[in-house]
Amino acid sequence: MSQHEITLTVNGTARRATVPARQTLVDFLRDTLRLTGTHVGCEHGVCGACSVLLDGKPVRSCLIFAVQAEGAAVVTVEGLAPDPEGLSVLQDSFWEMHGLQCGYCTPGMLIAAHALLQQTLEPSEAEIREAIGGNLCRCTGYKPIVEAIALAARRLRGANVPEGRDGG
Amino acid sequence: MKAADFDYECPASIDAVCGRLAEAAGEAKIIAGGQTLVPLMAMRLARPALLLDINRIAALHGIADAGDHVVVRAATRQAAALAHETVRARVPLLAKALGFVGHVQTRNRGTIGGSLAHADPAAEIVLAALALDAEIEARSVSGTRTMALAGFVTGPMETVLAPAECMTAIRFPVWRDAGALGTGFQEVSIRQSDFALAAAAAQVVLDQAGVCRRAAVAVGGADATPTRMADAEARLIGTRLDDDDIAAAASLARAALAPLADLHASPLYRRRVAGALVARALAEAKGEAVRGKG
Repeated sequence: MSQHEITLTVNGTARRATVPARQTLVDFLRDTLRLTGTHVGCEHGVCGACSVLLDGKPVRSCLIFAVQAEGAAVVTVEGLAPDPEGLSVLQDSFWEMHGLQCGYCTPGMLIAAHALLQQTLEPSEAEIREAIGGNLCRCTGYKPIVEAIALAARRLRGANVPEGRDGG
Repeated sequence: MKAADFDYECPASIDAVCGRLAEAAGEAKIIAGGQTLVPLMAMRLARPALLLDINRIAALHGIADAGDHVVVRAATRQAAALAHETVRARVPLLAKALGFVGHVQTRNRGTIGGSLAHADPAAEIVLAALALDAEIEARSVSGTRTMALAGFVTGPMETVLAPAECMTAIRFPVWRDAGALGTGFQEVSIRQSDFALAAAAAQVVLDQAGVCRRAAVAVGGADATPTRMADAEARLIGTRLDDDDIAAAASLARAALAPLADLHASPLYRRRVAGALVARALAEAKGEAVRGKG
């Protein structure tokens, strides 16, 4: 079994580890680093639950081997909140709009939505749907997720709209 | 659903990759974006003994305008190509096709060359490359060769690329004909950005009088390999791409298909949808050319 030493940054912390070549990045994050916020669903790039930011861009961590992340900066769902007890504006908007039920897809949805909101704070509904097009949810029917992302965008761009008049 | 064990190397140059491919005698696979290969490995449909990671080879990344064609180096990310001004301005059909490829997460990782090397029947990049008569450049220890897209794909997930060859670049021809260029790309899939049940690509040039002087039409996702629609193209030349002309071309395209059956769609469905998509792609292309947007 080929073993490789890697160094990378995960949620701002430098990490060094020895990984087998066949270990996916998501298994490394969950099993080795015990960062179990990132979920692993299908393990072959269909469901999007394992989405993380790799050098700032959303990718599926089940389709990258950990050894390939040598030198990279990885951000997982644990890295989105300002502190361990708090929620980001986006996470709070998911809470507010009931953008989750079972929660399995939520880490991937948050990463995909976070990446979108890094690009634009004025996404159209079509852009929101495109951004989460690679993430499966079997509970919500997507509508409250789309609404949560739209709410987060409104909040983040500081629109001066009273609560309750902005669609929730 | 985890890949079988393998060895992993990250060669520093294309020549080093070719050297290792030659030594490995078919047991090695190149990994670039991994968006097709890693699922195949997870499902144990592929069990390479050695993975050669080409992501860090700078000579395999980048896009260059070479006048009558645009060179896309093989490991260029799909997201990078989609955002690239040269691609959008010079080979707009490729840019359109890229918008349908996978999802944000897979485009950030997946590469132009990787999609062509795997040749999934539903792959939009292969379809656009076929419509544009792109050329593939590949290197091995024996030297470099160039392959036309016509004949490059031999079946589902099969190409003429040899196990010891490393694809290095793709050359997408730029149409510089006098007149107005228009492109169309249409696809039907179960979900947004899912695999195409059928897809159609069209590119046309209209002269000042609005007469079609050049046309390329191709269909993917329906047959085992993407297919150029030569009869449909011939039917369009010299016409004004009126509704009747487009309908006749779509009908010829339908007749030229031998669609696949799978869990998602019957051959009959694929044939009918493909015909409709050819018509829509041509209408889209005509609309662009007429508005002078191409």
